Amino acid sequence: MTQPQKNKRIEIKTTADDHRIAKLAAFAIGLHLLEAVMPSPLPGVKPGLANIVTLFVLYRFDFATAAWVSLLRVFASSLLLGNFLSPTFALSLSGALLSLAALFFVQHLPRRYFSAVTLSVLAAFAHMAGQLLIVRFWLIPHAGVAYLIPIFMAAALVFGVVNGLLTNYLLRINPAKIDEAEG
Amino acid sequence: MKGALRWGKPLLGDVLVILVGLIVVAYLIKSLWHNEQAAKLQIRLGDKIYSTYSLDQNRTIDLQGPIGITRIVIADGRARFASSPCPNQYCVHQGWLSHKGQAAFCLPNQVSLELLSGEKPFDSLNY
Repeated sequence: MTQPQKNKRIEIKTTADDHRIAKLAAFAIGLHLLEAVMPSPLPGVKPGLANIVTLFVLYRFDFATAAWVSLLRVFASSLLLGNFLSPTFALSLSGALLSLAALFFVQHLPRRYFSAVTLSVLAAFAHMAGQLLIVRFWLIPHAGVAYLIPIFMAAALVFGVVNGLLTNYLLRINPAKIDEAEG
Repeated sequence: MKGALRWGKPLLGDVLVILVGLIVVAYLIKSLWHNEQAAKLQIRLGDKIYSTYSLDQNRTIDLQGPIGITRIVIADGRARFASSPCPNQYCVHQGWLSHKGQAAFCLPNQVSLELLSGEKPFDSLNY
């Protein structure tokens, strides 16, 4: 908790949770922006590195924090990139929402058998599905889009596995010291 | 939980999920990238269907569009724009169409070709 200062009129009370979410979201936003300027062979095929942060947060904290980080990332990145409420933003948001929904259902899979790779792959598939729904029903209402689905889904699988492995690695080299500090 | 996070040792569940993912992708490729031979050619002129021809018979079709005559050729189960009065000639350069679902357009002359199977796989192409 911050101490109120005398010369400040507007005062927003922030908790340690808020600070933590903001810090983690900043990582995700950084990765998102980095990706936004990287060239891509096909619009929509991106590694989705920001999802590593979401997964990391899901493992180290909880689902609510992960959802906060993911959605803050979508909103803040779109403001920074100047595409807030544009089709790009809609794609990003629907992808993030479906991917969070997938994570919500699979987060309780036994960790003895399922690592972040599983969660990452399923989240990536859900992300693509969310984007394709927007594309099909709003942006390009044309059956020709179906030709691109295999490419998108193959990319989701590949990047899902890579991101999952990276998340596993990050979790391993960053043991749960924050959890312990919290008690 | 920490035991499950070792690097390099794949977990059973992960491997299964990846395998299922591969199967899904393979299925999508197989079902969406069909290269079934087409049976019919549908020609649109303006906003109407001009006619639908079988690809079994070779023929040449001349169409009067807004800017001139477009010639379409059907030969050996394939179809193409043979000539068109349009400036950029994209439609002609698209060459032969032979698979179901393929389409070529000549926007300046408002002619489009679409290859159909015996049964049309989807509703319509709009532009």
